[in-house]
Amino acid sequence: MSAEVSFDELLADDGRVEPRDPMPEDYRRSLVRQIAQHAHSEIIGMQPEGNWISRAPSLRRKAILMAKVQDEAGHGLYLYAAAETLGVDREDLLDQLHTGRQKYSSIFNYPTLTWADVGAIGWLVDGAAIVNQVPLCRCSYGPYARAMIRVCKEESFHQRQGFEILHTLAHGTPAQKAMAQDAVDRYWWPALMMFGPPDADSPHSAQSMAWGIKRFSNDELRQRFIDMTVPQAEALGLTLPDPELRWNAERGHYDSGPIDFTELFEVIQGNGPCNAQRMGHRVRAHEDGAWVREAASAYAAKQAARAAGEVA
Amino acid sequence: MITPPSSTPFSYVLGLADDALVSAQRMGWWISRAPQLEEDLALANIGLDQLGQARNLLTYAGELEGAGRSEDDLAYLRDDRDFRNVWLVERPQTDFGVAMARLLVFSAWQAELYAALALGEDPTLAAIAGKAVKEVAYHLDHARRWVVRLGDGTEESHARMQVALEAEWPYVEELFGPVDGAVVDPVALRDAVLTTVESVLAEATLVVPQVAPARGGGRRGLHTEDLGYLLAEMQHLHRSHPGATW
Repeated sequence: MSAEVSFDELLADDGRVEPRDPMPEDYRRSLVRQIAQHAHSEIIGMQPEGNWISRAPSLRRKAILMAKVQDEAGHGLYLYAAAETLGVDREDLLDQLHTGRQKYSSIFNYPTLTWADVGAIGWLVDGAAIVNQVPLCRCSYGPYARAMIRVCKEESFHQRQGFEILHTLAHGTPAQKAMAQDAVDRYWWPALMMFGPPDADSPHSAQSMAWGIKRFSNDELRQRFIDMTVPQAEALGLTLPDPELRWNAERGHYDSGPIDFTELFEVIQGNGPCNAQRMGHRVRAHEDGAWVREAASAYAAKQAARAAGEVA
Repeated sequence: MITPPSSTPFSYVLGLADDALVSAQRMGWWISRAPQLEEDLALANIGLDQLGQARNLLTYAGELEGAGRSEDDLAYLRDDRDFRNVWLVERPQTDFGVAMARLLVFSAWQAELYAALALGEDPTLAAIAGKAVKEVAYHLDHARRWVVRLGDGTEESHARMQVALEAEWPYVEELFGPVDGAVVDPVALRDAVLTTVESVLAEATLVVPQVAPARGGGRRGLHTEDLGYLLAEMQHLHRSHPGATW
């Protein structure tokens, strides 16, 4: 953006803010918070699915799952890199994650108890993530928007893989079908909560919309996800655990039952089934790897000194 | 056109397949546990390559056997006494130094093995090896860089890398032990593999361990106690639903 175009004019014109452009400090801080939380979600999200790599029921499924979890690590990398364009560094963001000062998506505090959960995560969790993230491809901050284009392509692939896992189970043995239904029963409500609290209770939403970071409200996106998912559940031959779910021709949307948001707040407060476990795993990996990172820095410094010595 | 039956023994291909499969299974443990995010990606990638090699080799082994066993039948429905992998790959590797020491040895060996098989007379094995040899070159390079960084990094990393190397070294010799019907004579790979590994150790300021070789016996189906647990975890879901499709 050229110097004479102000931040506000740029937003009004639906332009993209780039790293060297002037931007209000609150805008920068809000983006760092959001992008970091997104990056943390990608790397914490490796754990529930990684939980089934060693036990995947066929070698083909094992390969697909390893590739998928690898993709999540890749998304984490792009997103940390996008955050770094705002003048923070990954090490510091990880420290904030590890000390609980920054959050990650609460959905990853639920356990993957059966193989079908891997399918449910792909179908419902990645499905909800896509609905949340597609509008971010038009986010006002250029590096984040561009990172999201690639992330969304891969997530869409993951969502189809998850659907396909559940489709296979739903058309398999009675035990497999029961496993698929149980996973959908457990993941449906948490997936709906991924869109955040209702609009009336969403503290950051209005400002994020004004800044062009957020394009649609939590409730609009949740409705979009429900509308998209109900016919897919029918195609799978599985039911969604909401007796009030029905088509409303007048609204042109599915009506659904009330969401128990006390559950979401409990999990955000740290009382989900796996909060301590996910954090413990993440912190342990980081601490166990400290000697490796220190060695890599020391070696790089030695090599630089050797090169300088040769030049001198 | 009818392809003449290959004279390559089922058991030989199975051994190479099991090496790759068991190694991939151990590598998968690292995903979400690596020292940094780039390494989660790299180790997942290496594990995926090894798993891909295992799948190709198992499928081919199944064809050679001629009993209609698929890659999954061979991976999931054999007990540990029927696995033919070397001990090097089957023990837990939850220390990054151990993982890199092992990958250095294993990939240096696979690099020589696959290069030789790629030039061999069995066209299927040559095709599988021809693809794998490119992947393994990257694994070897990755392991080499880490062993050098850790060996020549800090005092702590140097000490830990030397300890890791001592822990893995007893399992090197089994790679060169005799195998019935071997397409590539294992002994013939020994000098080249050790030359590669030892040159990396020298660059890393590490000392070649002087330790007695472990007893081994993986090629005959005699394993460490660790393999039973690895297989129990890997196979349990598949075996819990006999005949199911996944």
